[in-house]
Amino acid sequence: MSNSVQNLVDKFVSLKGSSEDMVLPVLHHIQDSLGFIPEDSASVVAKKFNLSRAEVHGVITYYHHFRTNKPAKYNIQLCVAESCKSCGSDNLYKQIENKTGAKMHEHSIDAKFSIEPVYCLGLCAASPAIQINDDFYGNVDSKKMDDLLSKLKSETQNA
Amino acid sequence: MPNFKKFYISKDALSESLGSNKLAKKLESHRQDFEIIRTGSRGMFWLEPLLEIDTKIGRIGFGPITENDIDDIIELNEFEFKNHKNYLGVIDDIPFLSNQNRLTFKRVGLIDPLSIEQYCSYDGFEGLKKALEMDSSKIVSEVLDSGLRGRGGAAFPAGIKWKTVNEANEEKKYVVCNADEGDSGTFADRMTMEGDPFSLIEGMTIAGLASGATMGYIYIRSEYPHAIDTMEKAIVLANKERYLGESILGTKMNFQLEVRKAAGSYVCGEETAMLESLEGKRGIVRAKPPIPALNGLFGKPTVVNNVLTFTSVPLILAKGASFFKNYGIGRSTGTLPFQLAGNIKHGGIYEKAFGVTLRELVFDIGGGTKSGLPVKAIQVGGPLGSYIPEDKWDIPIDYEKYIEFGGVVGHGGVVVHDTNANLAELAKYAMEFCAVESCGKCTPCRIGSTRGVEVINRIQKKENVDENVVLLKDLCDVMEKGSLCAMGGMTPFPVNSALKYYPEDFGVTSDDKALTN
Repeated sequence: MSNSVQNLVDKFVSLKGSSEDMVLPVLHHIQDSLGFIPEDSASVVAKKFNLSRAEVHGVITYYHHFRTNKPAKYNIQLCVAESCKSCGSDNLYKQIENKTGAKMHEHSIDAKFSIEPVYCLGLCAASPAIQINDDFYGNVDSKKMDDLLSKLKSETQNA
Repeated sequence: MPNFKKFYISKDALSESLGSNKLAKKLESHRQDFEIIRTGSRGMFWLEPLLEIDTKIGRIGFGPITENDIDDIIELNEFEFKNHKNYLGVIDDIPFLSNQNRLTFKRVGLIDPLSIEQYCSYDGFEGLKKALEMDSSKIVSEVLDSGLRGRGGAAFPAGIKWKTVNEANEEKKYVVCNADEGDSGTFADRMTMEGDPFSLIEGMTIAGLASGATMGYIYIRSEYPHAIDTMEKAIVLANKERYLGESILGTKMNFQLEVRKAAGSYVCGEETAMLESLEGKRGIVRAKPPIPALNGLFGKPTVVNNVLTFTSVPLILAKGASFFKNYGIGRSTGTLPFQLAGNIKHGGIYEKAFGVTLRELVFDIGGGTKSGLPVKAIQVGGPLGSYIPEDKWDIPIDYEKYIEFGGVVGHGGVVVHDTNANLAELAKYAMEFCAVESCGKCTPCRIGSTRGVEVINRIQKKENVDENVVLLKDLCDVMEKGSLCAMGGMTPFPVNSALKYYPEDFGVTSDDKALTN
């Protein structure tokens, strides 16, 4: 793993340089490539960018978007902001929890599902909205949620 | 076989979330000679997924439809259209669209977002061409004269900012677009970047010419992958056609532009936190002064504006400051793309001159709630905006008039709540949100937000209600006056307004002494 982070960072820096404004882009690059930011990334990035490990660690842990653990097969991001609340997103959370066994910020036991809160996906005219991995879904009522989860569950069983 | 061959389907993230891609796929599978243009969205989201067809009488539409309706629709001739249950007629004639003042949104939903040719056919780059013939100080004074104010929320006059940067005596300067549109209930920046990216490029390039900056960044939130993708592609195209980059349109002017992806921190929508983030650091708010116009990105003079501020500029240059100033009321000139969201029947984008009222927006245009229940509260201006009760729905929307009663116009988000809403819960959520998103630099925001959640919890449990209401009001006072930025400074707006206008949700009556003291 260490090797692959090192390779990713080396390659990135050879293309884009190692000025400080490239710190966020390199972290995005690691997460986009591996699905998360492994523990040793801080020291690799710090060395390459001439920063302290604490500084890079601080950046990784400050931003909600950066994950330091491998995500579940299906990461469900549920919008919990006002607009989606006004259309019943709180009930959706209970529904996802019941159906997948995952809790907010946690994986389900089979590591197939995880739930993360998100503060607005910008789909507020179709509230409530969710995101599953890279796909957006708007106007998610309990029926639509149920259908979606059933489909994903059957996919995980067939896989 | 009907002879219609030109179709339009939106690829806006919201349209996609309702299935517009499936529509396009189905249509593609039918005939090779169909031309399917993927546009931004018209912003009438209750009609999405929407299919538009080019006909003799204009672009007619069907919506909301699913891919299963495609087979039937493409077999219809123009006399049979009206028999289809989802036929909408000529799209431009729908009152929701025809009653708007679409200045910044005029192209969104109409054109292929990545076609420079189509952009130009709707006055694209006219402002830039004018600006290239002008002195930088003349550009600044045009923007100043227009009265354009920052559309991100703070409503600071854009021209004054630009003037400050223009007059700053530094070699290196920057232009930064704040596209970290984190407010719940807002999506105008997203739709602009996805549906009309060249307008942002044009506006920022003009800002470069006006300020003397040759480098610009667009800081886009990570929740907007479509916008990031479209902006990146548009920048490549604009560079290729010399609307951007070195020697713009054959002149000596240069301006480079890059996209930077944010990483999910709400407070990075605050300009100084955003600059820190662009510099590769944690998004911690800086104390002001010094102001970013003098000491901004990497310590250099920096123009920082919101997407909609920049996209208003090409028009001001092309048609003149007075054209823009003719829209709006008082010191709130121009238009604002209102974003109708939450529990609303006709949600979407409604660009209108300042002066429209909330009642018009939510009832006449938005059709009331989606649930059919009465409207209880309307939050305007994002999560840091006040909850507005019915007796204020007739006040014309204008920055100053809203400030007078403790409201915020902000970025123009309008979130409707029906009678199921519990305002004590929403007030608690505002504090929770502040606790999650606080950058942690100043105490009132970092600690105050957590204490706020606890106090509201106690009120809800009916523990020493009067005492705790006084405490909550006191806490809000400290946060409002003692926080470094709007995050902690404005979280009290939704909390105080909820308490003031909906005391019954907190278990207090409106004549309670704790409230009035």
